[in-house]
Amino acid sequence: MTTATDSPVRTEDNPPPASGRRYPHALSHLDALEAESVHILREVAGEFERPVILFSGGKDSIVMLHLALKAFAPAAVPFSLLHVDTGHNFPEVIAYRDRVVAQHNLRLHVAHVQDFIDDGRLRERPDGTRNPLQTVPLLDAIETNRFDAVFGGGRRDEEKARAKERVFSLRDEFGAWDPRRQRPELWSLYNGRHAPGEHVRVFPLSNWTELDVWQYIEREGIDLPEIYYAHERDVFARNGMWLTAGAWGGPKDTEPVQRRLIRYRTVGDMSCTGAVDSDATTIEAVIAEIAASRLTERGATRADDKLSEAAMEDRKREGYF
Amino acid sequence: MTSTTRADTIHTGTATSLLRFATAGSVDDGKSTLVGRLLHDSKSVLADQLEAVERVSLGRGQDAPDLALLTDGLRAEREQGITIDVAYRYFATPRRRFILADTPGHVQYTRNMVTGASTAELAVVLVDARNGVVEQTRRHAAVAALLRVPHVVLAVNKMDLVGYAEPVFAAIAAEFTGYAASLGITDVLAVPISALAGDNVVEPSAHMDWYAGPTLLEHLETVPVGSDPSAEPARFPVQYVIRPQTEEHSDYRGYAGQLASGVLRVGDPVTVLPSGHTTTVAGIDVLGRATDIAWAPQSITVRLADDLDISRGDLLATGPAPTPTKDIQATVSHLNERPLRAGDKVLLKHTTRTVRALVKEISYRIDIDTLERRSGDQGLNVNDIGHVILRTAEPLALDSYTDNRRTGSFLLIDPADGTTLTAGMTGEAFAAVRTDEAPDAPDEEDWV
Repeated sequence: MTTATDSPVRTEDNPPPASGRRYPHALSHLDALEAESVHILREVAGEFERPVILFSGGKDSIVMLHLALKAFAPAAVPFSLLHVDTGHNFPEVIAYRDRVVAQHNLRLHVAHVQDFIDDGRLRERPDGTRNPLQTVPLLDAIETNRFDAVFGGGRRDEEKARAKERVFSLRDEFGAWDPRRQRPELWSLYNGRHAPGEHVRVFPLSNWTELDVWQYIEREGIDLPEIYYAHERDVFARNGMWLTAGAWGGPKDTEPVQRRLIRYRTVGDMSCTGAVDSDATTIEAVIAEIAASRLTERGATRADDKLSEAAMEDRKREGYF
Repeated sequence: MTSTTRADTIHTGTATSLLRFATAGSVDDGKSTLVGRLLHDSKSVLADQLEAVERVSLGRGQDAPDLALLTDGLRAEREQGITIDVAYRYFATPRRRFILADTPGHVQYTRNMVTGASTAELAVVLVDARNGVVEQTRRHAAVAALLRVPHVVLAVNKMDLVGYAEPVFAAIAAEFTGYAASLGITDVLAVPISALAGDNVVEPSAHMDWYAGPTLLEHLETVPVGSDPSAEPARFPVQYVIRPQTEEHSDYRGYAGQLASGVLRVGDPVTVLPSGHTTTVAGIDVLGRATDIAWAPQSITVRLADDLDISRGDLLATGPAPTPTKDIQATVSHLNERPLRAGDKVLLKHTTRTVRALVKEISYRIDIDTLERRSGDQGLNVNDIGHVILRTAEPLALDSYTDNRRTGSFLLIDPADGTTLTAGMTGEAFAAVRTDEAPDAPDEEDWV
């Protein structure tokens, strides 16, 4: 410990403070992140009437659900789940979703993008991707079910628009995010007050990084959809990524299909989530691979974020996750 | 440190601690470059991010990547040439995980820095070696002191532009350290750096042999995190009551919350506030697993020996318990464009309890640059720091902010639309600077 009377200039007679001192009870970074996330989940349970967890079957939403299960044990999770289904799902992920819902006796709402296309409220995009189309069914489900708090698995390390997101993020009656209207968020005091028609997006994993999520999955022994681990699959190259061949619209005639050993680093719409070449079949191998990776998760695997420099910012303003 | 890659961090995984810190400084001080340098040299910048920076730098005719671009903000900000507010950045070394609250330096500075400092355990105050301690530097130090940030680092930047001269650094360091001490900041370390050239940020400088201290990153990696919970009384705000009402757990009634301070053991006598009832801890569950002991800031569930009427908003306390009161004196930082005036009716959110409150008096405003008291008659405008007297509709169990950042802090909220108006800290700010004399040697116990 230095004091104000110390000379700031360190010499041998005036050594730097004792380094690496830790209190016997100091929490590890995963314990600290877990405690914070649980606090956030419980704040929502205490202050909102109709919270819902956005559950895509991706690893972030799986970790969020795992935290909720722990936060309220031995009682049941006091939230239902909402899945916005693009219709371009990985079958493994849907099977996983249904397994988890049954196992924990959860209530699942599903909003189908296909329904909105069928009745003309949405139109298929020329590039075939349905990720940007999720916003309308999402907002419709929030309004219809009168959800007042909507948990998302977004992390601030993902993208620069997310870096300025609050843990409790107020959305107006159009679901829109206005970065200039955000409430300052101090200490661990989260202000969830909202007018009728407005809702609050809540991000319990705000302070986690991709590596934290994987380390936590390893520590807790959390089961994931198998597509997160290396497997052989028929894929084709588009925009520098490996996409899965399927009924959603790929590949075109000019895009040859090949069988490769790949895994998914993120899981979203089949039409815009790319796979990476990988032989990581275990959680340890996945962590080693991510730790050594020279690309960000979104840069490596998300076509939708490559649309423009401000792609995520634009989608968030419209009410995206 | 050069060999640091993300791969090195993996097997230290669960043993790694977490440090939250804030940076304060304006663009001219080189703050963006410093933050970019920390991210880059700690290998936290990945290839696709760096490529984007290189592409933009090249487009602007720069021959080296401009690291400041790594902290570039939203398009809405670029278009308007403003920075909206605090951005959070994440990086890790084999020793520690870091959460950096990066606050912009201009008009709305005070509000943003207060926000960033509220959760920070360390603040990096940046100065330009050519300009030394300026008005803004004193303001940054004052905000760090006000928010009780335990550790402060003065980064004297652009040492390359003053010929890496030791006397320049020593004079700035001495002036700042003296001022910080007068504010009650006890742990200050001054580091001579060049963010642009990389001196003493991550790598020791080859140009400043006269400096024997740690590099900035080394200090960030080794400064003690948190405080020793065993030295503090326990404070446990109840968030939620867990009652499974299942056959297996038909009698289970647990109080869920996050320990704000201290240690809680099975068998500890606790006081329930504001009711004042006393009981004993019968059991503690840490996220589903029974345990004998828990410590801040763990999220736990507490079972009590007696069947008392306890709900969200109550506080369980050990040791000397605060006296619940409806009359609050506090130092506040006003955050909203709407001024705060005497007579305003607001909501006050303290830990897990929200109550109605009346602003009885704006006692005075504090000039954050000179620390002089000014009249509070005109109320408090956005970015003002002041002292207020509040009256609440129900009693609150508040600690002094000096003793407990978590149970001594609160928000004022506009009841009409839910806007967060004001951040409050129970008690007086800057007690030490009321006199003209330098204070006695600070008591370290308060800070460690």
